[in-house]
Amino acid sequence: MEPVFDLVPIWAGIIGFGIIMYVLMDGFDLGQGILFPFAPSEEARDVMMNSVAPVWDGNETWLVLGGAGLLAAFPLVYSVFLPALYLGVFLMLAGLIFRGVAFEFRFKAKTSRYLWNWSFAGGSMLATFAQGAVVGAYIQGFETENFRYVGGAFDWLTPFSILTGFGMLAGYALLGSTWLILKSEGYIQQWAYKITPYLLAAVVLVFGIISIWTPMISDLVRARWFDQISLIWLLPVGAFLSVVVLLRAVMKRQDGMPFVATMALFVFTYLGLAVSKLPYIVPPNYTLWDAASAHSSQLFLLIGLLFVIPFVLMYTAWTYWVFRGKVKAGVGYH
Amino acid sequence: MELDPIFLSRLQFAFVVSFHAIFPVFTIGLASFIAVLEGIYLKTQNPVWMKLSQFWTKVFAVVFGMGVVSGIVMAFQFGTNWSNFSYISANFLGPILSYEVVTAFFLEAAFLGVLLFGRGKVPPGIYWMSAVLVAVGTFISSFWILSANSWMHTPAGVEFRGELLYVTSWLEAIFNASLPYRFAHMGLASFLTGGFVVAGVSAWYLLRGREVEANRKALSMTLWLLLILTPLQAYVGDLHGLNTLEHQPAKVAAMEGNWETRGNVPLLLFAWPDQENQTNHLEVGIPNLASIILKHSPDGVVPGLDMVPREEQPPVWVVFWSFRVMVGLGLLMIAVAVTGLVLRLRGKLWSTPWYFRVLQVMSITPFIAVLAGWFTTEIGRGPWLIYGIMTFAEGVTPSLQGWMALTTLIGYIIVYALVFSGGLYYLMRILRDGMEYQPAHDEHSTQTTTLRAKRPFSAADVPFEEGAR
Ligand code: HDD
Ligand code: HEM
Ligand code: HEM
Repeated sequence: MEPVFDLVPIWAGIIGFGIIMYVLMDGFDLGQGILFPFAPSEEARDVMMNSVAPVWDGNETWLVLGGAGLLAAFPLVYSVFLPALYLGVFLMLAGLIFRGVAFEFRFKAKTSRYLWNWSFAGGSMLATFAQGAVVGAYIQGFETENFRYVGGAFDWLTPFSILTGFGMLAGYALLGSTWLILKSEGYIQQWAYKITPYLLAAVVLVFGIISIWTPMISDLVRARWFDQISLIWLLPVGAFLSVVVLLRAVMKRQDGMPFVATMALFVFTYLGLAVSKLPYIVPPNYTLWDAASAHSSQLFLLIGLLFVIPFVLMYTAWTYWVFRGKVKAGVGYH
Repeated sequence: MELDPIFLSRLQFAFVVSFHAIFPVFTIGLASFIAVLEGIYLKTQNPVWMKLSQFWTKVFAVVFGMGVVSGIVMAFQFGTNWSNFSYISANFLGPILSYEVVTAFFLEAAFLGVLLFGRGKVPPGIYWMSAVLVAVGTFISSFWILSANSWMHTPAGVEFRGELLYVTSWLEAIFNASLPYRFAHMGLASFLTGGFVVAGVSAWYLLRGREVEANRKALSMTLWLLLILTPLQAYVGDLHGLNTLEHQPAKVAAMEGNWETRGNVPLLLFAWPDQENQTNHLEVGIPNLASIILKHSPDGVVPGLDMVPREEQPPVWVVFWSFRVMVGLGLLMIAVAVTGLVLRLRGKLWSTPWYFRVLQVMSITPFIAVLAGWFTTEIGRGPWLIYGIMTFAEGVTPSLQGWMALTTLIGYIIVYALVFSGGLYYLMRILRDGMEYQPAHDEHSTQTTTLRAKRPFSAADVPFEEGAR
């Protein structure tokens, strides 16, 4: 049966949307965990955790949806990435489990509270670093043969992917600190204002190195960006503007703008990465179309998802609306 | 020693999925129980029902939370350890597994929040409807996952084009031959799990004279339920076995410990299967009974393990014994349920402490029976991953090395041990505090209720440590 309608771009759009939703939303709550050990007081930690407690597990929804969606729509991605990143995937899951449980028990615990603090901070950092390394591994590409991963256990762990891992730590911490600016007040907010420029500097530094490094290790990327100057150069310009807006907003002590600008920075960078690599989804060999599942399989799941995604979005929006406004010190969600 | 990635991956899969399975199997049953409680409350307006429902919803929330956490790991197992299998069967399994996850999320997004936090905030009718929909949702979720699993046992509706499997008929693939039996058996198992846990916990409270009215109601209704469901489970299990006989005769031969294809096969009560010499030691059995059960006549010819080449035999010992554990516990459950009826008819149900103690112990048996059942099914299908189509060796991740699988296996064991002993400990505290516990109201109480997080665990408000109230 010949497909009447190519679903591959639609699915690429859905998965792409899922990934950026995940990065932005889980990013700021993982960020709280990364900043946790550096917080000015235990009370500040309460506020940080409370600011994300109602929404974090909804945020992680997007990760599982992405994982399952990949198996259904682009099985090759699923069956090459996961073996290639085997140990990294385990670390990420272990990290997510520990921090998830810390959310539940920290508020109910008194004497064992420091344990849950560590579990939250350590788990968040581990998961973030692993996700950054995944991005690095994707940029580098995978050693494949006949649609199978044939590389070694540590191919994903290179100086480059370690760099992207740290970049992700800085990036999520930045999302976290600007989220905290939005959600807190008083000395906690002042602290968040203070650290934001440093985090931004770290992010810009790592992103800068990556932007110089990638064209050097990948012909495809170099050709994309330098063979002819095209509209895609608007993306780095957008990223640059986001940085400027973010700095100004922090200087003027604005509440909401820093977070918006950070999200914009992430979106521009993400799109920049996408245009560098697409349509190669399992670089360097396979495109979206090589990786796609059968038309009828994509269609079968699409029908269900079209029904469910609006609900999930509505519910998400509603939760954020219910929990809008500042988080006051001393008031918990228990 | 050579570390075998296939064996270790199987061990790892068995460990994480067994761990995952015990949570949903309980929540599926409990969700229906809560829906029933809410229904009765809506009708009678007797606050005892609400009290019961509130308490069990707290328990539900924590167990559901653990199910979610362990389920996230499952979503990645197929790719990390069984990538060839995932890649080749993705056209069917991908959408089916996605539907399981999507159903769970849909449920969580739309109705679970209302069930856990919406009491008094939505009209009573809507609240009850949410409870019902959560219960229905858990069933839909398990429908998808069992369809995937059954398809691996009795594949249908697919064909190879080149290296990959393509779906030729979604209906045939989803509603494959063993699904109806597996779904019914598993659904009943969930109800039995919920039922025996509720009965055991209520009995424990009654022995201590706590909340007598509510716990008597709960115990009484679950005993009626168990009285009907325990025999029904044995009957459905029998049908399931006959279905397996048709599609996977070697598995049934292993379950029966029958090495030779012949008539007049006894039903073995005890034996020591010896795969090396293809025979049993110390056999104790009832003559002809296996032939009668499986073929409905004393001289009915029952397939034996000699039908398949030796390297295609499953490990008989494990299959044989885990099957006996399950069936033994199933019979014990019937006995316990019938004893309850006898005591009730004699008017002694509330004055027989030893029976309460029995019920208390029984509350862990469904979990053991469920795992034993899965071990029978899954190990008995060896060496096939997709029956008759793909072996374990063909499905495993080609780049996976033994030490990698061993590292993550040990890792998962450590992580689960730490995290879930915390969860289990917390669950015990909820049970101990029981229905009497009402959280103290602090000065922020109005704020805390409006700002409460919409996530499962926060529905429980018992503090974590001893005396930290
Ligand atoms: C509370 C749990 C429970 C109880 C009391 C029983 N079972 Fe069971 N059984 C299961 C829980 C279970 C299970 C965990 O749900 C399994 C594993 C896979 C499946 O489909 O159901 C299973 C599998 C299973 C199989 C294997 C099917 C296959 O080959 O795929 C058979 C033949 C039976 N059961 C038969 C019985 C009989 C004759 C019982 C009589 C007392 C019985 N079960 C009680
Ligand atoms: C829920 C309870 C379950 C338990 C306790 C369980 C247990 C097991 C065990 C013990 C094995 C090893 C078999 C062997 O050594 O020969 C196994 C294999 C397997 N099962 Fe299950 N299983 C369960 C459910 C499922 C479900 C729902 C699926 C699929 C959707 C599934 C898919 C598999 C796969 C892919 C294997 C092959 C890999 C392996 O052998 O470990 N299982 N399972
Ligand atoms: C290999 C097998 C399995 C995989 C890959 C898997 C995957 C998942 C995932 C990812 C979740 C979390 C969804 C969420 O976050 O809400 C989940 C939860 C759930 N799973 Fe599984 N699962 C498996 C086996 C089973 C089995 C055997 C059953 C029952 C028969 C089951 C029933 C459920 C249910 C009802 C939930 C909702 C949460 C709960 O009640 O604890 N799953 N599963």
